[in-house]
Formats: sequence, structure tokens, C-alpha cells
Amino acid sequence: MSGGEALTIGLALLFALAAGLVGSFALMKRMLLASDVISHLALPGLGIAFLLKFEPIVGGAATLLLGTLLVWRLQKGTGLATDAAIGVVFAAALAIGAVITPSEDLVEALFGNFRPLSAMGFVLGLAGVLLVIASVLHYKDRLTLSLFAPELGAVTGINVDRLDLGFLLIFSLTVLIGLRFMGALLSSALIILPAATARRVTDRLSQFIAISMIVSAVSVGIGFLVSSVLFRRSTAGASTVGPTIVIVSAFLFACSLLRKRA
Amino acid sequence: MMTTKLLSVKGLSVAFGTRAIIQDVSFDVYAGDCLAVIGPNGAGKTVLLKSLMGLQPHGGEIHWSPAARLGYVPQKVAADWQLPLRVRDILEAKQRTLKLPAQDLQAVCELVGLAPDVLNGTIGSLSGGQFQKALIAFALLGDPNVLLFDEPTASLDELTENRIYDLLHSLQREKGITVLLVSHDLSVVYHYATKVLCLSKGVTCMGTPQEVLTPERLEELYGAPPKYYRHAEGHTHGEFGPSK
Repeated sequence: MSGGEALTIGLALLFALAAGLVGSFALMKRMLLASDVISHLALPGLGIAFLLKFEPIVGGAATLLLGTLLVWRLQKGTGLATDAAIGVVFAAALAIGAVITPSEDLVEALFGNFRPLSAMGFVLGLAGVLLVIASVLHYKDRLTLSLFAPELGAVTGINVDRLDLGFLLIFSLTVLIGLRFMGALLSSALIILPAATARRVTDRLSQFIAISMIVSAVSVGIGFLVSSVLFRRSTAGASTVGPTIVIVSAFLFACSLLRKRA
Repeated sequence: MMTTKLLSVKGLSVAFGTRAIIQDVSFDVYAGDCLAVIGPNGAGKTVLLKSLMGLQPHGGEIHWSPAARLGYVPQKVAADWQLPLRVRDILEAKQRTLKLPAQDLQAVCELVGLAPDVLNGTIGSLSGGQFQKALIAFALLGDPNVLLFDEPTASLDELTENRIYDLLHSLQREKGITVLLVSHDLSVVYHYATKVLCLSKGVTCMGTPQEVLTPERLEELYGAPPKYYRHAEGHTHGEFGPSK
């Protein structure tokens, strides 16, 4: 393994911890599926970045932001319900992304890859992951209070609206970082699956958060190993890592079903 | 001794769309007061409390003294009962958010009589009374000098209810805590309140319990004769609440 590969795997593991952490709060806020939608909004941007050969994360971030504004606008301007507005933009983004992404890059845009990152990609990714982990841990108590009872949070001095917006931004950032490794179709998987697994296993908040993070990192670790053994040196290899990670994560969830709930 | 004015409300109005809920209500609250807010369902009692805490858009002026520290016990919490949260998690989250020492948490639990098994129970596993106690402990954390209680004993049996009111009374007596209380239980209001604010369809009145809790006033307020009356010498009897 080259130094670049090692750094990439290291960042992927850190991303996994961040995704597990964000996922645990997203599960409690009942917004796990929003991560799927957000990741699809990034696809046209990934396509443009591949076409013009610049950092995919930057392109993804741009259309993700545009898409979010468009959903907000459609909802306000046409009186559509949120799910209808999201559905329209979601489908259009996926189709536009599929058309403009060069076909040799399409698999990568949809499923991600674990090839070594550019220096800028690594630095941006690392900064993003650390920001996600640090801010969720810093606001953990406030998030807990506001999801238990927003008005009790507000009386405690928490600006609940601002906290919600902040969490949404952190949540989107997590999806965005995941795009590089997991692609537009599976970027949300590490936010959803480990949190669901952890929730099956425990009723304790701190354990729930910790288990979600650990399951997420273990999924990435095992998924990477399995995929590098099974698909070594094949051209499709790079893009099978993401799906393999998701399969491992789904397997761990299936294992959690064996445990009967108290 | 001069008593401090903690709260001044002038011309408070709240409307939901075109429907006016509260119209032009003004009152003052002084340190040590126990102000009871009474009125029929839908009169805007909870809305009034929420306005006072800045949780509800409103017209008019609400001015709290900088010395006021608020604690709030809501009527109900629309929490998701499936959340993996124990009472302890919620109390600790508040304690850390306000940067309070850990022994403060211990102290409020003892004060309210929150047993360790309740403290370690998930919110979905608690009875109505246990949950109410947990909410009171939550409100008392941070040493508030004003408590806003919205129907604090609505879901409690009479014994627990008495204990809660005894606690409320001792907080008032020993710590000089100011209380704003929404209650349907007129006997409780009569025993504990120093002032009564009644709200009903745009009509408001304010006075001591002796002035406001008269059969005539109550009939006017609730639109029906109350199942409550008071002897001339001041004893209370009622179909609900303790008759001491």
C-alpha cells in the first residue's frame, strides 16, 4: 500500500466515524432518508467536475447547495409539499448527472472510489471530517435537549432554529465528504445503516452514539479488506469498495436483528 | 422592604391567523408572588406562558428584570418516546449546557424526590407522575428564581399532587421563588396563589383569590356555575382538590 493509499484509507475511516456520529443524531431527529436525497443533488456537480477535470467535491458541493435552494424555492413558489418538491429535483438531478458525466467516470460518480486523493482533496476532506466530529460532539448536549423538547431547549437558552440549521449543514457536509468514497448512490449508507444497527442494540444514548461510530468504521475497514482481496487489481476494483462496505454494514445490521429487544 | 418587579406585561396580544387568543392583557409580577392563571380551555393560558418565555410570537410588551432566571414545567412534552434517552441524559445535558457543577443535579433530584431507578429509566418507560417529577427537576436545575408551571399536576394521583404542591410551597417559602401557575384546580389556586389572573375570550380580570374566586366571577369566566364554593369564613369545599 502506498502512502497516498494509506492516507486515503485513514481519511475514509475518519469519515466513517463522522458518518456514524451524525447518523445517530439524524436517526433521533428522524431525518436519515434526507441524506439519500442530498447525495443525489450532488451528482450533476460531480459530472461537471469530471468533465472539466477539477476536484469532484467542489462540484458536488455547488450543485448540492443549488439543489437545496431549488427545493426550497419550488416548495414556496408552487405550493408543492416538501416531498413532492424533493422528488422532482431528486429525479432531475440524477438524470442530468447521468447524462453529463463522462461514461467512463459514471460508475465512479455513482459508487465512489478509494484511489489516492489529490493533496487538496485530502486536506479538504480531513478538515471537513474533523469539523463534523468536533461540532457534533461540542453541540451534543444542546442537540439532545432540543430533540427531546425544543421548547425546554429554548428556555435553557438554546437557539433551536439556528441549531437545526447548523445540524443540517453538518449533515450535508458529511454526505458531501462521503461522495468521494461511496458515490452519489451510497454516500448516505454509512449515515443510515450503522445508526440503525446501534439503535437495535442499546437504549443508552452514549452507547448508541459510540456503537454507531464503531459499526461505521468497522464496516469501512472490513469492506475495504474484503474488496481488496476479492477484486484485486481489476479495473472495476476501485468502485467496488463502496458497495462492499455497504454490504458489510447491512450484514452487521442483520446480525443486530438476531438480538431480541428487551 | 421594597419588592422587586420581576415581570411587567403591557398590552399583550396573541393571534393565531385571524383568531385572537389573547387580547390586551397587562399585569406585573413581583418577587415572591404566586400568580395563578385560570380560565376555561382554549382561553390562552398556555399561550400566555409561552409568550412570557419568548416561545410565541406576540404583540405588546413583555419585560423581564435582568435578575429573573426562568424555569419551566410544561403541561406536556411532545417527545418521541422511542428516543434512547434516560432522565439522567436529559438532566446532564442541561447541567453541562449551563456549565453547572455535578452536585447541583444531585441536589435537585433529592429536592424533588427523584429515585435512582427513575433517573436511570428511559423516558418511554416512566409513569405520568415520574415523568412530571423529572420535568420539575429539569426546571429547578440552574437555580431559577421564577418558575412557570403549566398544569403541573394534571396527570398525577392526589397523593403525588399534594407532594408536588407542598414542594412548590416550600420552594416559595424557603427560597422566595416566584411562581406563575396555570391550574384548573381552583382549590389549589385558592390555597397557594397570592394573585389570580383570569383569561376568557378577551375578558381578563386580576385580583387576590378572595376577589376573583367568587361564584359570580367564576360563572362569568367559565360560563357555568362552578362545582366549587366557598363559605363566608373562607373554608373551601369542592368536588376536586383537597378540602382542608
